[in-house]
Amino acid sequence: MIETAPVGDTPMIDPAGAPHPPPGMPRAAAPAAPAASPGAGLDVRGLNAYYGTFRAIRDVTLRIPERAVTAIIGPSGCGKSTFLRSLNRMHELAPDARVTGSVELLGVDVYDPAVDPVQLRRVVGMVFQRPNPFPTMSIFDNVAAGLRLTGHHSRQELEAVVEQSLQRAALWDEVKDKLKSNGTSLSGGQQQRLCIARALAVDPQVILMDEPASALDPIATLRIEELISELRANYTIVIVTHNMQQASRISDRTAFFTMGEDRAGYLVEFNDTVKVFTNPVHQLTEDYVSGRFG
Amino acid sequence: MAATTRPLTMPGLYRSHVSRRRRGFDIGMRWLSFGAAVLCVVPLAAVLIFVTVNGAAALNPDLITKPTRALGKGGGALGAILGTLQMVPVAALIAIPVGVAGGIYVGEFAGRRSARIVRFAADVMVGVPSILIGIFVFTFLVLPFKQYNALAGSVALAVIMIPVILRTTEEILQLVPGTLREASLALGIPMWRTVWSVVIRTGVGGILTGVMLAFARAMGETAPLLFTALGSRLVNVGDFGKPMDSLPVFIYVNARQPYELLNQQAWGAAFLLLLIVLVINVAVRARTWGGRIGA
Repeated sequence: MIETAPVGDTPMIDPAGAPHPPPGMPRAAAPAAPAASPGAGLDVRGLNAYYGTFRAIRDVTLRIPERAVTAIIGPSGCGKSTFLRSLNRMHELAPDARVTGSVELLGVDVYDPAVDPVQLRRVVGMVFQRPNPFPTMSIFDNVAAGLRLTGHHSRQELEAVVEQSLQRAALWDEVKDKLKSNGTSLSGGQQQRLCIARALAVDPQVILMDEPASALDPIATLRIEELISELRANYTIVIVTHNMQQASRISDRTAFFTMGEDRAGYLVEFNDTVKVFTNPVHQLTEDYVSGRFG
Repeated sequence: MAATTRPLTMPGLYRSHVSRRRRGFDIGMRWLSFGAAVLCVVPLAAVLIFVTVNGAAALNPDLITKPTRALGKGGGALGAILGTLQMVPVAALIAIPVGVAGGIYVGEFAGRRSARIVRFAADVMVGVPSILIGIFVFTFLVLPFKQYNALAGSVALAVIMIPVILRTTEEILQLVPGTLREASLALGIPMWRTVWSVVIRTGVGGILTGVMLAFARAMGETAPLLFTALGSRLVNVGDFGKPMDSLPVFIYVNARQPYELLNQQAWGAAFLLLLIVLVINVAVRARTWGGRIGA
């Protein structure tokens, strides 16, 4: 990948040709947050993921643009989550799981044997479907965990990172007076934003989100969506969602996956979100986004 | 065909003759199973009452403070109390690292096959009669030295504790949700650190429960000590190369003597042992109300 991130703060322009803001959703204003990671894109080529002999995704090639939101949609079982987990090598944690093909991040193939998956996951963070704060840790410790458990950091440093991360995750005002209380004492939506803050604290470039709002009520969902729009200025975001309205609201690009005859998921169409939802190229995509199947 | 209204018929709401007979049978079986449940509780209650009635009176300051003396001349169980309080903790020092580390291996790192093998072995170990463990340790820690010794006693107790600790540790780790491991790994926290700071930290209450139950079990073991630490009339503090007395062996020896006073001492020691084990068990159960996993 020969990507040179644009210098200066011009998050609207994307060398990959992605996108204008989706309808009805203005871009977040210039980031209030301090200059953060540039947010790298991902170049996926010929990616296959297997569980034992079962091929879960087949030959996926796409380019995820930096500092933009890419939505992955498709029917259940089409390999959306597996695809997402292949991007930061979480997939290989499953028994007998393996991957072929390549995922390039900043010019490095993450599947190069020399790449340490542990280091990779600090650059490509992840937020899960169900909020999963560490139950034995306070709010502060949850956010600090990624730093504290990977090296030595001074108290001042941790405090600064925790405050900054909670602010970026739009949770600071709600929890600043109770940083010592347990992370699980928060509401579901707050817990999910806590998990996002926890992922931000290790300063990733890319954030993968696996249906981050599907376990939340509509108000909490809205807050997460707002948060994603704000984060887009500084991070590359890939979000798997079952909710097509959500995909159309928050994403710049949309990838539609479906399942083949052999039950392997594959990429049908990858395009600007507006195009995918208003003028899809493939019949399958049109059937899906118009609610005719899936 | 047009939708036809289903005719309203009165279903049989009244008890038929047959069902009345069934009802009687049902009540009879209920009482039988209730009786069986009571029978299960009776031995525990009986032991508690029996030992308390006989032992509470025999538990006097002399029993706790005086060493064992020659026949019929009074004395107490000081050597046995101190012996149990030395041998069991030393056994725990051996068993806890091995059992917990083994449980972590089986629960977190082992492949499915090796996990099954270790789990099966541990389950068999739990079921092995403890006297066999005594003989086993006897052959390699007593025979070569031609000397019964407390270290052999501790090792025998440790062998009994290890599978209990291993299995509870492993079961508790299985209860820790996989989503926490994922959350930690996704932060770029290495596997070993994830296991140590997230998984074990979440399950530590349950692991402690297993350790304490194993501790209580080891306190009450007699058979493996007969072949190893033997028992002693002397108060042995700190010399693990020599025989050492323990509460269960003290009870065993004194209960078989033809002297009322020694029998009384056995009752007192039994009551004391029961108290210690009960306190540990209740402390463990009390943690259950704390709410952490398996705690």
